[in-house]
Amino acid sequence: MLEAKSFELFPEAASTIAGHVDAFYAFMVLVSAFFSLLIAFLVVFFAYKFRHKPGEKVVYPPYDEHSLSGMLLEVVWTGIPLGLSMIMFVWGVSIYFTEARPPADSMEIYVTGKQWMWKIQHMEGAREINELHIPVNRNVKLTMTSEDVIHDFFVPAFRTKADVLPGRYTTEWFRATKVGSYHIFCAEYCGTKHSGMIGTVTVMSEADFNAWLGAGSGEGSMAEQGQSLFNQLGCGNCHASTLNNQNGRCPNLVGLFGAQVDLKDGKKVKADESYIRESVLYPQSKIVAGYDDIMPTFKGLITEDGMLKLIEYIRSLGPKNGVINSATPLPVQSGDGSNVAGKPVPMKVPGAPPSAAAR
Amino acid sequence: MITATPPVKEKQNYLNAEHGLKSWLLTQDHKRIAILYLIAVSVFFVVGGLMAVLIRLELATPVGDLMDSNTYNKVFTMHGVVMIFFFLIPSIPAILGNFLLPLMIGAKDLAFPRINLLSWYVYMLGGVFGVVVLLSGGVDTGWTFYTPFSTTYSNGYVVMTALAAFINGFSSILTGLNFIVTVHRMRAPGLTWFRLPLFVWAHYATSVIMILGTPVVAVTLFLLMLERGLHIGFFDPAYGGDPVLFQHLFWFYSHPAVYIMILPSMGVISEVISTFSSKKPFGYTFIAFSSVAIAVFGFLVWGHHLFVSSQSAYAGMVFSILSYIVAIPSAIKVFNWSSTMYKGSVRLEAPMVYALGFIGLFTVGGLTGLFLSAMGLDVHLTDTYFVVAHFHYVMVGGAIMGYQAGIHFWWPKMTGRMYPKAAALVASILTFVGFNFTFFPQFLLGYMGMPRRYHVYPPEFQVLNVMSSVGASVLGLGYLIPAIYLIWSLKYGAVAGPNPWGATGLEWQTSSPPPTENFEVTPVVTTEAYDYSALEVTQVG
Repeated sequence: MLEAKSFELFPEAASTIAGHVDAFYAFMVLVSAFFSLLIAFLVVFFAYKFRHKPGEKVVYPPYDEHSLSGMLLEVVWTGIPLGLSMIMFVWGVSIYFTEARPPADSMEIYVTGKQWMWKIQHMEGAREINELHIPVNRNVKLTMTSEDVIHDFFVPAFRTKADVLPGRYTTEWFRATKVGSYHIFCAEYCGTKHSGMIGTVTVMSEADFNAWLGAGSGEGSMAEQGQSLFNQLGCGNCHASTLNNQNGRCPNLVGLFGAQVDLKDGKKVKADESYIRESVLYPQSKIVAGYDDIMPTFKGLITEDGMLKLIEYIRSLGPKNGVINSATPLPVQSGDGSNVAGKPVPMKVPGAPPSAAAR
Repeated sequence: MITATPPVKEKQNYLNAEHGLKSWLLTQDHKRIAILYLIAVSVFFVVGGLMAVLIRLELATPVGDLMDSNTYNKVFTMHGVVMIFFFLIPSIPAILGNFLLPLMIGAKDLAFPRINLLSWYVYMLGGVFGVVVLLSGGVDTGWTFYTPFSTTYSNGYVVMTALAAFINGFSSILTGLNFIVTVHRMRAPGLTWFRLPLFVWAHYATSVIMILGTPVVAVTLFLLMLERGLHIGFFDPAYGGDPVLFQHLFWFYSHPAVYIMILPSMGVISEVISTFSSKKPFGYTFIAFSSVAIAVFGFLVWGHHLFVSSQSAYAGMVFSILSYIVAIPSAIKVFNWSSTMYKGSVRLEAPMVYALGFIGLFTVGGLTGLFLSAMGLDVHLTDTYFVVAHFHYVMVGGAIMGYQAGIHFWWPKMTGRMYPKAAALVASILTFVGFNFTFFPQFLLGYMGMPRRYHVYPPEFQVLNVMSSVGASVLGLGYLIPAIYLIWSLKYGAVAGPNPWGATGLEWQTSSPPPTENFEVTPVVTTEAYDYSALEVTQVG
């Protein structure tokens, strides 16, 4: 919690992973303390016990280092550190894989870093700067990119961080366990006001969070905003965004997100955030099998925030493997009102005021 | 038994052989070039140290009250650039290595004396660029020059700074080349590889890293300059580049560069511990080969700097396990050094106290490296003060303590004079205590989550920061005192004699300071290294 504390030794542990990291850290501290004290003791003890006495001459050699006992010592103090370090390696990897892989049911939030602020977009439309409101006890996945240099989204209380890179998407996830406010730090040096690129995560109860989210931005969900952008940029002139429409010039975007795409050069690629971003900015880099290289670049015409909205819109057009992210409000698809998961979603007519549930 | 030269007259030595500035600036004597390096490197240490003073003063309070953010960023950048490229990397190899390598192997000089002098001029040229950057307003990239900040967004003299490091790298390459050829070709008759002092093994391993790693950072900095100056896209996605590529290239050199800093120190420690225990180092071959192992494996661990950079998790696993492997040779060294004292005859002279301090601080620095090699823990710790504390334990607690041990050990050989021993003991203890007060609190700050390179910070971090700043002033005193008594000793110090410590190396078989040609007669080596039974007991003490 951020309430004024002048001095503390351990940061608050407020995520499911924090306990694992702290336990591992405690193990590492114990092992290190044992070996540091052992070495310190040996050095001080030997320095005293075998101190030089005037007139003394060391019998040379006092031992043969190639003797059995000498070799045995070398084997022991090679083997024990090696064994311990392999335990550390495996433990470290296992925690890392938990940290690096967001659970499938995570709630999605988008983060754009820029010198020197954090811009957060919730799928329901709410936007914030240097603040992140999340519900307690829910998996939260951040999809992050940068408008300029490399930043790093670090929440010490959650024991996790990830670099935020220009030109690509990185992810970070956590599940907060305690209601409260915690620091967000930019951990990758990013220029003059690097130390001012800080913010606050506010972890709220589910009810408080829903109330907060309900207050919304009034601009509609990210997918809705993405749809306006889609229309504004004229994407729909070539790309069909409805199931029945099979405009022949360009790939249909329904069901694209998360699917495998066959490319002209015979390779396959998963249609994730990075693929969509690349296809908008550098359309010539990956051509879908059966189509020509005719798409113009939209580089310079769309902001990073806008790109995230566009991606969210495309995600809303089609579910991945039949699973719909529960937080994603699906827009109405003309001619086919049902969606694959069969979950009821608020109906929305483009241009109509967004319903409260969609925000 | 070593066939030593008869003692030469005290008056004839490399210092008084010739006089005048020209005799120094155009010298090809490795010992004089070492002194040139000593002076230049010391000047840069003072510059880097002053930057550290400013940093610790600023961080004594959570708000930015001494300087603005832009200035603070430039100060920590210059601290890093100067300390790493202009102090730590050349310190032991270019000063002690230059001075001692030919002496230790019974040679008259390095294999290429002119190249040796050239390396100093190249170093000075790089230094001039560094000083020009400093005087004209500095640079704010951090010593790591991460892209695309450095290539597109930084508002300092990036190209000039990169050029300074680029040029400086060639001096490193020339020194490494010279050492390798010298060790291969110039050893005295009978001096087989396994009779070499461990200092020579350590410098051989260091030289291999210098000539294999430094060209990579030169290329990397060159690409950086091309992108910054001509907007040719390598790293900035806006020009079609990959920002993480820079980090791979940079750390491919800069992680091995850590071993360029620490290996020579380890060489010093092996000599000092053996001498002041009057005993051959325990596990000579293990210490020798662990230096080689560090040089080889050190090239394969760079990716442990990139665990949170979007690097593949599977690549991360490989880098993680290799980082643990590279820690093992260091552990072997520490255990062997400690065991060397067992049943020895231990004298706690100043160089020995520095060396024991090295063992303690390097052990902590090495063990905390294991925290950062663990992927799951590194995610929390990387880019925090934990990392700052870790690498200062290795580079200051390790490399600089080793440098000080070496300077105190060989000062009588280099100058012919002994410093006041009591003052040196006080300085070595002050350094050890001050160092721990400065950097131990930073481990705690790091685990609490304080990011590195922060000009202002939340108030809950202040207590530990004040402790660190207070410790730094004690540490500063620990550096200041030797500067005074070492300079004082040049004129007023007691005459040291050829072998004041009762050491066994060939360098102690010639007069102090050594004559220009090192040995009047080329020594012939007939015994293994560290044969204390051959020494007269009266030399000890």
